[in-house]
Amino acid sequence: MFAGFDFDVIQRSLPYLFREGMTFTVTLTLMAMSGGLVLGTLLAMMRLSGFAPLALLAGAYVNLMRAVPLVLVIFWFYFLVPWIGGWVLGASAPIRVGAFWSSVITFTLFEAAYYCEIMRAGIQSIPRGQVAAAQALGLNYWQTMGYVVLPQAFRNMLPVLLTQTIILFQDTSLVYVLGITDFLGAASKIAQRDGRLVEMYLFVAVVYFIVSFALSKLVRRLQQRLAVIR
Amino acid sequence: MQYNWNWSIFWAPAPDGTGPYIGWLVSGLGWTLATAFCAWAIALALGSLVGTLRTLPYRWVVRAGNAYVELFRNIPLLVQMFLWYFVLPELVPKAAGEAIKQMPPPWASFVPAVLCLGFYTSARVAEQVRAGIQSLPRGQLAAATALGLRLPQAYRHVLLPMAFRIILPPLTSEFMNVIKNSAVALTIGLMELTNRARSMQEFSFQVFEAFTGATAIYILVNIVVVLAMRALEKKVAVPGYIGAASGAASPGH
Repeated sequence: MFAGFDFDVIQRSLPYLFREGMTFTVTLTLMAMSGGLVLGTLLAMMRLSGFAPLALLAGAYVNLMRAVPLVLVIFWFYFLVPWIGGWVLGASAPIRVGAFWSSVITFTLFEAAYYCEIMRAGIQSIPRGQVAAAQALGLNYWQTMGYVVLPQAFRNMLPVLLTQTIILFQDTSLVYVLGITDFLGAASKIAQRDGRLVEMYLFVAVVYFIVSFALSKLVRRLQQRLAVIR
Repeated sequence: MQYNWNWSIFWAPAPDGTGPYIGWLVSGLGWTLATAFCAWAIALALGSLVGTLRTLPYRWVVRAGNAYVELFRNIPLLVQMFLWYFVLPELVPKAAGEAIKQMPPPWASFVPAVLCLGFYTSARVAEQVRAGIQSLPRGQLAAATALGLRLPQAYRHVLLPMAFRIILPPLTSEFMNVIKNSAVALTIGLMELTNRARSMQEFSFQVFEAFTGATAIYILVNIVVVLAMRALEKKVAVPGYIGAASGAASPGH
């Protein structure tokens, strides 16, 4: 079945695929994860705050992001970020934002909506008595959140957060629509240059599968350990 | 720095002479929905089958079902799209491959998009169906067996009708996911909603109006689906249950 295929092309392009492509994919994943977690946690706190305007605002943001395809969000921010940047900096024209920062901002803001829902469930899983106890000890809102609620919510939700991050890792491949050289983008460039679509795309699928599968196995093991300790 | 807003662009004639730009978005919506519905039919059928198989007391069947789910869950959707579009025609026998490549334009990207989304979503549906069946009390299967039902009958008359009613909310969000994920098919040339918005932006230079239009349509579809499913949920709710399982904290995109 594979007669006439040239799997040598993979070996020849390995340094490019991983040094350029996979580095971009992993960097983007880690940065969007960090930013998304922080922003998502803040959004979750807003949604659960008793202050209606904040809760409504955060809810609207999260529901908007979750209603729209990621591809459309990528396009939105690709065009929007230069305008917002120009507006913030008071420039006379939209500023130039590199493809890298454009995608970091996009994925951070998009994933924040999903991390928010996970953190919200996590915060809600903490017994109300703990908040009351913290307040009785004289802790203010930020101390209660920072020392009592969030550490436990984070811990309870760690497997789900990590699973979401594996999805994020896979989703970063969509920066392909902006012509960015992530792992898939790099493979696609080689594939088109050398006319080796079959070999390259199969290889990309295998690599993504191995990474995601191994990570999800780790998450499952972590889940079991957390379940036993708790 | 000034952006020239022009909301009347939706009624300006599109360059291909098929009417105003809004027609592009409506036709895009049509392809988005057609793709999503066809893919959903595949996903529901295959997903129910695989999800059921994963709960059977046969170890190898369960393993095969697990492998199926892991395969489709651990490869990015975009990569799967390329596998269906670029790779599959090269791997099947030559005559079949040629036939695939000869398909006329809308179908050449529509068929792979439907198959890709269908199989991808079926793995996610299978996961929900398995979870739904396993969430039922063990006694239900035991009671069905005690009544003299054979295993297929127990599934057909007792377990599956309960499981499906319980997993309706997560299935709703999976259905929303198919609609959203169909936008990925723009990479293989399907003229669905996001793709139409992008070309409207390219031709009219009204970037934000085009994307606002598409966003508004997606939100509208979202609302319609949620309302319809809520009505369905109310109709099929299992009497005596507090509420159906919610998919709020499950990861997704």
